[in-house]
Amino acid sequence: MKRKNNGKDFCMFALPGMFCFFAVVMVPFLYGVYLTLTDWNGVARTKNFIGLTNFLGVIKDGQFWTSLLLTFKYVILVVLLVNILAFFLAYLLTRGIKGQNFFRAGFFTPNLIGGIVLGYIWQFVFSRVFVNLGEATGWNLFGVSWLSDPTKAFIALVVVSVWQLSGYMILIYVAGFMGLSEDVMEAAGIDGATGWRKMRSIVMPLMMSSVTICLFLTLSRAFMVYDVNLSLTAGAPYGTTAMAAMHVYEKAFTSRQFGVGQAEALILFLIVACVSGIQVYLTKKKEVEA
Amino acid sequence: MKQNTKGSIKKKTISMLTTVGLIVIFAAYMFPFLMVVINSLKQKRDIIKSPFSWLFTIKGLSFDNFAKAFTQMDFLNAFKNSVFVTVSATLLVTLLAAMLAYYIVRHNNVISKLTFALMVASMIIPFQAIMIPLVSIYGGMLNLLNHRLTLIFMHTGFSMAMSVFMFHGFIKGSVPIALEEAAYIDGCTRSQTFFKIVFPLLKPIISTMVILNALAFWNDFLLPSLVLSDKKLLTLPLSTYSFYGTYSADYGTIMAGLLLCVIPIMILYIVLQKQIISGVVAGAVK
Repeated sequence: MKRKNNGKDFCMFALPGMFCFFAVVMVPFLYGVYLTLTDWNGVARTKNFIGLTNFLGVIKDGQFWTSLLLTFKYVILVVLLVNILAFFLAYLLTRGIKGQNFFRAGFFTPNLIGGIVLGYIWQFVFSRVFVNLGEATGWNLFGVSWLSDPTKAFIALVVVSVWQLSGYMILIYVAGFMGLSEDVMEAAGIDGATGWRKMRSIVMPLMMSSVTICLFLTLSRAFMVYDVNLSLTAGAPYGTTAMAAMHVYEKAFTSRQFGVGQAEALILFLIVACVSGIQVYLTKKKEVEA
Repeated sequence: MKQNTKGSIKKKTISMLTTVGLIVIFAAYMFPFLMVVINSLKQKRDIIKSPFSWLFTIKGLSFDNFAKAFTQMDFLNAFKNSVFVTVSATLLVTLLAAMLAYYIVRHNNVISKLTFALMVASMIIPFQAIMIPLVSIYGGMLNLLNHRLTLIFMHTGFSMAMSVFMFHGFIKGSVPIALEEAAYIDGCTRSQTFFKIVFPLLKPIISTMVILNALAFWNDFLLPSLVLSDKKLLTLPLSTYSFYGTYSADYGTIMAGLLLCVIPIMILYIVLQKQIISGVVAGAVK
């Protein structure tokens, strides 16, 4: 099907979408790479080319590395907990229990609400409800607000993130479980596989494609956590709970060090790209066809 | 026979236990929402005294908190802004992405191959890696910040790659080219073919993409916070943020404000639950 006026087709169908994409994603991305080589402060008309000085600045920025380390801890905890919890709940929710659709829909609700609102809701829960519970029951765990202690505030952030993300992953795992073929399960049962054995040798390998998706989604979301971080702790107490994304934001827009901030953002991007690339490669290798 | 009844009793117990376990976990999940609902009706002193006491034990419940939050947040205005931005950006990205994807599928030339490859690769770039140059270009050079249209344009650009990717897969898999050839022979122009024949066939993927994009736009905070600062233009998440900053000690009003933000989307969820859930799953699994 060859036609004339290909140029007109291109202008009408392809150009508008391409323009949006290039103007908002590609051009800023490339320009961002250039920014890391300048000393722009966000206001000045002139930028000077300063080579790799900004990357030296990144190396010297101890706070960045602290926040990056914290982000790694956070990512590991969140990814593991979210996936274990969601896998387990999805398993229970595909056993044919009454009202399982209601449960699935309910668990998903946090995903409909923006991170800012969720963070504020939990801030109230941690700083007032739990403290009150502690006073009423004399339970030391809740005696003081979790958000005023660096370690506990970090745990609070993990709790909220797990709560927020697991509903989404439940849906994906449920879809995975529903897709398991009855024949294979029956055959496994006839061959005498039950319980844990069946789970490990039959169900897990067949569920690997869902695991790939869920790990990828949780990884990329956890690395880039910002909204909940901002509204729940805002880095408090004393910046001890500021994750890498928040640090980048503050470096650029609060300290006005755009070059260093952008260099850190690029480093973060490379880390996320490598980690999720490796993860997809590793889990894809384990996927099998029924 | 006896074995059988024993087995079914065991099965029933397991199913009972699972249900009970699920209810407990579910209650824990819903607990924060319950707290918001209960405390949105109380006065500050009652909240401090006891955030969990049930409503009927407390005197002086009222909807005052809601009235206060409604005006302090400039709720109606923020709601309007959110609707305007979300609806326009969703429509725009759906239309442009479908057309671009259609072009890419049907034209196997260098431009479409290159564009598609770039788009797929770009999906891994997190927003944070672009936000600084974005502000520098659109704020510093072009002076376009603080317009809702700029935000709509940026939302469209950022969700373009993902949307084109999804449309591309769908068109390639389920839109037969024979149909278009028939339309062509019948004298349809390219755009008639697209809007009258192809676009209606895309319904399933359109509903998935509308849901995914609209949810993301509605709840987004970081991008709007960089683009909009004028008080009249704030979207709901932004006005929640500034409202919280000013009234954070006034718990009752805060809870009412948070609930106000949640209500519209909950109503939508109750109405469109099936579509939203299947859309989200389809969007992730592809």
